[in-house]
Amino acid sequence: MRSKLFSVVAMLGVLAAGTAFAEEFKPAVVYDIGSKFDKSFNEGVWNGVKKFSEETGVKVAEFQIVNETQREQAMRRLVERGATMVIAVGFSQADALDAVAADFPDRQFAIIDVSWLDRPNLRQYVFKEHEGSYLVGIAAAMASKTGKVGFVGGMDIPLIRKFHCGYLQGAKAANADIEVLQAMTGTTPAAWNDPTKASELAQGQIDRGADVVYHAAGRSGIGVIQAAADAGKLAIGVDSNQNGLAPGSVLTSMLKRVDVATYETLKDGLAGTFTAGIRSLGLAEDGVGWAQDEHNAGLLTDELKAAVESARADIVAGRTAVHDYMSDSNCPG
Amino acid sequence: MPEVWIDILAVLDGTARLAAPLILCAMAGLVSERSGIVDIGLEGKLLAGAFAAAAVATLTGSPWAGLGASLAASVMLALVHGFACITHRGEQIVSGVAVNILALGMTVVIANALFRHGGHTPALGPGERFSPMALPLSETLREVPVLGSLYAELVSGHNLLVYAAFLSVPLVWWLLWRTRFGLRLRAAGEMPEAVDSAGVSVPALRYRGILIAGLLCGLAGAYLSIAHGAGFVREMSAGKGFLALAALIFGRWKPLPVLFACLLFGLLDTVAPRLQGVDLPLVGPVPVALVSVLPYAMTVVLLAGFFGRAIPPRALGRPFVKEH
Repeated sequence: MRSKLFSVVAMLGVLAAGTAFAEEFKPAVVYDIGSKFDKSFNEGVWNGVKKFSEETGVKVAEFQIVNETQREQAMRRLVERGATMVIAVGFSQADALDAVAADFPDRQFAIIDVSWLDRPNLRQYVFKEHEGSYLVGIAAAMASKTGKVGFVGGMDIPLIRKFHCGYLQGAKAANADIEVLQAMTGTTPAAWNDPTKASELAQGQIDRGADVVYHAAGRSGIGVIQAAADAGKLAIGVDSNQNGLAPGSVLTSMLKRVDVATYETLKDGLAGTFTAGIRSLGLAEDGVGWAQDEHNAGLLTDELKAAVESARADIVAGRTAVHDYMSDSNCPG
Repeated sequence: MPEVWIDILAVLDGTARLAAPLILCAMAGLVSERSGIVDIGLEGKLLAGAFAAAAVATLTGSPWAGLGASLAASVMLALVHGFACITHRGEQIVSGVAVNILALGMTVVIANALFRHGGHTPALGPGERFSPMALPLSETLREVPVLGSLYAELVSGHNLLVYAAFLSVPLVWWLLWRTRFGLRLRAAGEMPEAVDSAGVSVPALRYRGILIAGLLCGLAGAYLSIAHGAGFVREMSAGKGFLALAALIFGRWKPLPVLFACLLFGLLDTVAPRLQGVDLPLVGPVPVALVSVLPYAMTVVLLAGFFGRAIPPRALGRPFVKEH
């Protein structure tokens, strides 16, 4: 009882001090199913966290969700243990975070891939994945020799259809006759963690003639890359730079800079400049992009690079508009 | 080659890949259950094998070392099962469930401690796995109509363990129905008293039965993580052990029918994802969820007894107590 009373007093003291809040900055991150080492989405966030911790020396608490029911409980426990900021990774955390943010108005919250919540203490990040996917769609169509390219999604949700739709538009822009095969790994969050199934799906597309397969499937996508590498075809990575996972077999990766979003949020929290609201990051903000490094240098022709870069410039300048699937749940073409 | 033929070949090819671990597990279950020991722990042994294979292959860089580790891990769990229900005559279902839970927890805990990758092992490189291998003459024979492409696409180009899986069926058949050991093993599962009165040790036979089951499950585990896949993922067995058990019952504890049951399940598993987004005449686009649930729905229908009665070995699940 006494210790509880003490902690309440201590907390009030911290709140009253105001500026002391920043010194006591205690951030926490809740990763989504798929775990932080998925070489993809969650790992991107972790890279941002790592960079922040190395630069500032501030420790970041973390929690990895392994089943659906843990979300809200985990966030609540982190806050009760003193976390002043909670960053939730992934749209599946939206409801849980919304509830916790409402109960703790004096704490800061941020979430990635969500834009529909409304709390004064909540920052939301969305990415224009359709723009980045458009670029890798162009790359895929130009690298394909068979005129068929594939797409393997994770869980079948509008967000993943958005990746597919951007990719489709890009591929069609580079080659009007291209055929884009599409498959989803599943309809539950388990679809983010099923490389075997994803590898079978990619194999199926390769059997049907696809020679470049783009995945947006979190950890499952490792199966896609492996299937493409085994068959001597090309894969396209997603979220983090996955070119190095199978050097020579990954054409490029569609980068989604969740690391930047995470880093920025943590920095703002530390500096006391955290603001709520929705932030939308696209090509113009360098929030999405395509990866070039030593692992795929031999795969990219000058012609391909020029085509992708000019498309990128067109989108940034507003000369090309890429349709966003989530705006009307429809994909042209 | 016509388009349809390519599709058929691709589906059959996928069936072979997805049925391989089922076949190995079902054969493991067959040997164990024929000796009178219920093996609900197939799933756990499969999972432990998969983890051991991936972990050791990562640490040593050799798939052969991984395979050895997988066999060892699986056999160890089989021995735990045997110790509980042969030596101590415990309840076999309970012991099997314990094996499953043990494997489920231990794999993730050890993976986390070893690699700090959230219960996964790092992805394996090309030299650290059993890669698909082309059989001799597959390229030369490819041009031969029908049979050539069948050989090049379907028979050739799998990894070593797929061939091992298909080979295990005649081997198990030969071992159980054509050797003296097999006769005694089956007798231990039907009428252990008779075996005992002939002066043969029932526990020794049953131990040998579960050891063989452990080895076969180990092969299946290695297949999951270092042949078909490239690394261990938590819960990667995903119910395959239970599906193999279903195939075993569906195939009435006989090698050939069990093989066909495994192939049928493998076929459903292959077709399901490929039907996604396909427009069927009259039906329209195939709903993804319905397609994914098809293998399980079929299993239930099949198990509900539409295809005759499945009669298990008579002494299955009954601990053997020697009479004095």
